[in-house]
Amino acid sequence: MALEQIREVRGHGVPVPGDDIDTDRIIPARYLKCVTFDGLGEGLFYDERFGEDGAPKGHPLDDPRYAGATVLVSGSNFGCGSSREHAPQSIARAGFGAVVAESFGEIFFGNATTLGLVCVAVSPEARRALSEALRRDPALEIVVDVDGKQVRAGDRVFEASIPESAREALLAGYWDPLGELLEGVGDVKAAAERLGRAGAV
Amino acid sequence: MSQPKSLYQKVWQQHAVRTLRNGQTQLLIDTHLIHEVTSPQAFGMLRDRGLEVLMPERTFATVDHIVPTHTRVEPFEDALADEMIRELRRNCAEHGIRFFDLDSGNQGIVHMVGPEQGITQPGATIACGDSHTSTHGAFGAIAFGIGTSQVRDVLATQTLAMSELKVRRIKVTGRLHPGVYAKDVILHIIRTLGVKGGLGYAYEYGGDVFERMSMEERMTVCNMSIEGGARCGYVNPDAATFAYLKGRPFAPEGAAWDEAVSRWSSLASDPGCRYDDVVSIRGEEIPPTVTWGINPGQAISIEQNVPTVDGVPESERDGVAEALAHMKLTPGAPIKGTKVDVAFFGSCTNGRVSDFIEAARYLEGRRVHPGVKAIAVPGSQHVKAECEQRGIDKVFEAAGFEWRDAGCSMCLAMNPDKLVGDQLCASTSNRNFKGRQGSPTGRTVLMSPVMVAAAAVTGEVSDAREVFGVAREAVA
Repeated sequence: MALEQIREVRGHGVPVPGDDIDTDRIIPARYLKCVTFDGLGEGLFYDERFGEDGAPKGHPLDDPRYAGATVLVSGSNFGCGSSREHAPQSIARAGFGAVVAESFGEIFFGNATTLGLVCVAVSPEARRALSEALRRDPALEIVVDVDGKQVRAGDRVFEASIPESAREALLAGYWDPLGELLEGVGDVKAAAERLGRAGAV
Repeated sequence: MSQPKSLYQKVWQQHAVRTLRNGQTQLLIDTHLIHEVTSPQAFGMLRDRGLEVLMPERTFATVDHIVPTHTRVEPFEDALADEMIRELRRNCAEHGIRFFDLDSGNQGIVHMVGPEQGITQPGATIACGDSHTSTHGAFGAIAFGIGTSQVRDVLATQTLAMSELKVRRIKVTGRLHPGVYAKDVILHIIRTLGVKGGLGYAYEYGGDVFERMSMEERMTVCNMSIEGGARCGYVNPDAATFAYLKGRPFAPEGAAWDEAVSRWSSLASDPGCRYDDVVSIRGEEIPPTVTWGINPGQAISIEQNVPTVDGVPESERDGVAEALAHMKLTPGAPIKGTKVDVAFFGSCTNGRVSDFIEAARYLEGRRVHPGVKAIAVPGSQHVKAECEQRGIDKVFEAAGFEWRDAGCSMCLAMNPDKLVGDQLCASTSNRNFKGRQGSPTGRTVLMSPVMVAAAAVTGEVSDAREVFGVAREAVA
């Protein structure tokens, strides 16, 4: 199944401070009580953004200067914790096309890539500079260049890294692997046969 | 003789079906476990694309996250939770998937059910839409948590697109002091290597400390691999593994059993195999460990003080300040003596029979502190039944714990069991993330089951060795 080829994500950015931002923070568990992913964007970072009385806490996502941002910039180990795909789903459904962070929780990274949500890693220095630049100039255009493995912000250029398998998949438009996995079903059946009940019950 | 290999490499190579265009491997998944939270959308995706479940006999379901533990009356009061269980029943019935439902006597947290049923077996690839799938590595399985789109992939193709991990052997040798448990070992490992230390790795736990551990203790350790950033963690299968599995409902029988044991034994890592990294830890160095912050790596010995912002490297200061603020702890003060509001005993980390037995030894004849709400939640219906048969429920109840039905309960609070306001919970679970236990301002201190028992009794974070008079000298 042909998907969009994602060479870059271009748009405004929003800095979300903090390291080790876990998926419980990205989407609190109560939002997981659902049988579809519809409407998850509203729960994004909910408890970080709003108090228990519903009053905004001044989170960058609610800062009007960052309205319409499509690139989320954060710290190391972003998306650690639970395997809930609801986390990248909520980020994508809130309008983001890319996350730039120092590193990613692995399950999150895989989930995000499968949705076509681009995740690239930058150095701590680059992340600091990028966040600072966005705080100074929220209208700054950010380009997350998958092909060139760079993040550009105005005239600044930062090196970015992304596993080659994810880069390939995004560039060639098969970031959702299901189509290709289905092509291999004949081989899968043979492999299952070959292994017999080994490991299976 | 061929080159020595680790268990991870052997299992990976056996299950690699083919190489995908982007270089990833199409990996055969032997066994797929599902629950109500991360599967409904996957079935929806299959329906949308007109796809069938390829090998329904390889998927097993149970219900754990959303089930109330104080009542089993359906429909559940929470209409959303009720919709989720009905959706899972419908999907399992429609696709011919075995479902360990509430009335089966076999329901429980998905990571309890697999081992109890003998579905979890050495050398298998196991996937589940739940990050604590790493638990099954205790049996020498390669088991990882996956997202919902990947649940769809497994349902439709019995495979995943995966990249091979590196392998780090974590060797713990020597002896554990009295009062130091499997939970302390894994908290110490995470504290030492960091919450992102395992990114890119599978953890192989080896050395005589793990070799002496029971299967339940190994499950506690492997369960929290993901908290250290490692997507899977395993212990090589041995006699303890086989003894645990023998006679379980889905374990092989007769000649097939002997053949399986011989095959499983051959999958253990070969002597002299190459690891991408090796870490050695002395068992004697591991203290009873508790978390003080908002991730499982923010942990200290029960005898230590909470860090100060100035006392940590500059790169960690923001994180420490945020954690101290959330936890409302005094920087530099002892963690011991921190007031506890709730004691939670359960979860896929520490909701097993041996956890309850060990804590009951100390709870016998003692009372939960009047200021503490204490709940004990067996991880599965089997755990509940066995504890009740041994009279352990009575010990917990006499001490002042509420004795509940099986489920995830307050580990993640997708059910009625939740912290209220900024309550502080001494918890046997696996995550102390902000808001994890159901209140955005709730606070979690992770610790071993016996330490939770001590906290419940004293009403504060305590050294169980002092509370229960455990001799502290080094063991033989």
